[in-house]
Amino acid sequence: MKSVSLATYLAVKEVIRNRGRFLLVALVIALITLLVLFIAALGEGLATGNRQYVANLDAQLIVFLEKSDYVITASRLETKTVKSIRRVEGVDDAGAIYTSNTEIVSLAEPLKVSMLGVEPGRPGMPTILEGREFRTGEARETVIDRNVALRSGIQVGDLIEIRSTQGTEDEFFELEVVGLVDGQSYFFQPTIFVPPATWEKIRPQSESELTSDTPFPSIIAVRLVEPSQTDVMSALLMEKVSNIEVTDIETTINNIPGYSAQQGTVQTQGIFTLLIGILVIGGFFQIQILQKVPQIGVLKAIGASNGVVGLSAVMQIILVTALGVGIGGGLTYLFSLGFPPTIPLTFNGERSLIAVILLLLIGPFGGMVSIIYAVRIEPLKALRLG
Amino acid sequence: MSNVALEVRDLVKSFSLDGATIQAVDHVSFQVKSGEFVALVGPSGSGKTTMLSILAALLTPTSGQVLIDGQDLAQMNEKQRVKLRREKIGFTFQSNNLIPYLSARENVEFMLRLNGNLDRAARLRSDELLARLGLAERLHNLPAQMSGGQQQRVAIARALIHNPAVVLADEPTASLDTERAFQVVETFANLIHENERAGIIVTHDLRMCQFVDRVLQMQDGKLVRIYEDKKEILELARGTIH
Ligand SMILES: Nc1ncnc2c1ncn2[C@@H]1O[C@H](COP(=O)(O)OP(=O)(O)OP(=O)(O)O)[C@@H](O)[C@H]1O
Ligand SMILES: [Mg+2]
Repeated sequence: MKSVSLATYLAVKEVIRNRGRFLLVALVIALITLLVLFIAALGEGLATGNRQYVANLDAQLIVFLEKSDYVITASRLETKTVKSIRRVEGVDDAGAIYTSNTEIVSLAEPLKVSMLGVEPGRPGMPTILEGREFRTGEARETVIDRNVALRSGIQVGDLIEIRSTQGTEDEFFELEVVGLVDGQSYFFQPTIFVPPATWEKIRPQSESELTSDTPFPSIIAVRLVEPSQTDVMSALLMEKVSNIEVTDIETTINNIPGYSAQQGTVQTQGIFTLLIGILVIGGFFQIQILQKVPQIGVLKAIGASNGVVGLSAVMQIILVTALGVGIGGGLTYLFSLGFPPTIPLTFNGERSLIAVILLLLIGPFGGMVSIIYAVRIEPLKALRLG
Repeated sequence: MSNVALEVRDLVKSFSLDGATIQAVDHVSFQVKSGEFVALVGPSGSGKTTMLSILAALLTPTSGQVLIDGQDLAQMNEKQRVKLRREKIGFTFQSNNLIPYLSARENVEFMLRLNGNLDRAARLRSDELLARLGLAERLHNLPAQMSGGQQQRVAIARALIHNPAVVLADEPTASLDTERAFQVVETFANLIHENERAGIIVTHDLRMCQFVDRVLQMQDGKLVRIYEDKKEILELARGTIH
């Protein structure tokens, strides 16, 4: 169409002839893009660090102690519960999960890890990538997650030493690494897996806990025969087994202590950065339009339509925003290459894409007022302002 | 050179300001033929700019008629008026005439672009016209890289390049020194005559009238006197009559 080509001509000419000014704004947008993408990556990184293990569980339902409000740390089930659950019709299998923290000390720098007791071959035990699962019983064997291996250099076959405070004493235990699994961060820490009986022996515990020898699982992961039947099955489980509450994986993740609050904080930061972007772009284009009143008056007086003037303003804004987002995206990519794995930044396609779309929208959104203003300028201004 | 390019019939424009009504244009009628160059003069506030704005279809009159190339402006909608401005009217303004990010040549060619007839022949014509106005060396200069007089000449080229029926110039010499002002208006007059356009120039400077065919004098919105006699016009330009 003719007005499109006219508008393109005007928009491009102006940007090229004032490239310094437009580049400056594009760079500001690039910095905002960098910030927004990093915040998104941080959000994803933190989320992964927090939920990775739970999100990857080969299960549809999680069983908690009744009234624990689906908070893993507040839940302590009885050992026999898992057997009752396995007997319920529609349950394919169920595995108890025992949670605690420890520290690998047989390294130049001690590494804090989550230590999870899980039952080999049952839900809760991740798929082995290398090596084998540990034996049950009190085997002093462990399976580590890839993040542990990455950060410490530990390999399958190595012996590691962990420290646990039991009562008032620091106790040290040796474990043989027999297998490697994919990243399984839980509670911001990489994870090592051990058999439940071993877990009971070597986990940190208070004086009173030392007297009892029965391990108490925190939660039970339940795999269903029919994975879509979560609602029906959780109701059935609660009816058949006493003292429990049941929910799905998503609710479990959202109730990991701090998870929702943290994601909320990160999202708020992202939104505020976008708002700042809108204000910056809006401000720039508004000031620019105010300066351009006489020339827009001339354009209209000599016969350019409102459509041409408005469209060219829109095109400029889109051009500058796209340029800025492009530069910012490139910079983010370059920076991300140089980041150490210890920093919780995860560039996830979906989150980045949403961020980029929002960033591209802030241009037209911020510039809207200036576009309306440009369209409303009267051609008479060309004569009267002279 | 006989057909009427512009006709004004009993034109009135009143503004109401704080309850009082100002007759900025008060029952004015006149005609301008193709190939005729007319000056619109009068004291400050006499209604010249208001008059020009109405002729350019930028301002709607209170009553009366304006016909350009036989078309009545009052019968047109906004879209048709925009079309009329780009096809039938050429403009120069007192200042801020040019699009600052377009070169001299691009400013002139833009008028052709607007009308969708920027072909090779048109480009040649545009360069010729600029050369005629002494701007052959300035084709690629941006407005900021040209003097006020050069900018006015580019504006004149832009006002003529698309062969409009009517060319309107509001104080084209206001920012120029006397010498340049004479040059600009003289070239303007020549081009109007050669191309058989109807030209109207608004000016404060009566000396510029030496180049025109007719002088319309306004006062308080009324057309108080018309000078048609060449001798009288020259006397007016020399300042021997007021
Ligand atoms: N938008 C408006 N609202 C109210 N009054 C107006 C408006 N525009 C012009 N006028 C009045 O109309 C009269 C004619 O103004 P105009 O600008 O046409 O005069 P002019 O002859 O061009 O003067 P100058 O030589 O100073 O440019 C003046 O009294 C002016 O105050
Ligand atoms: Mg005026």
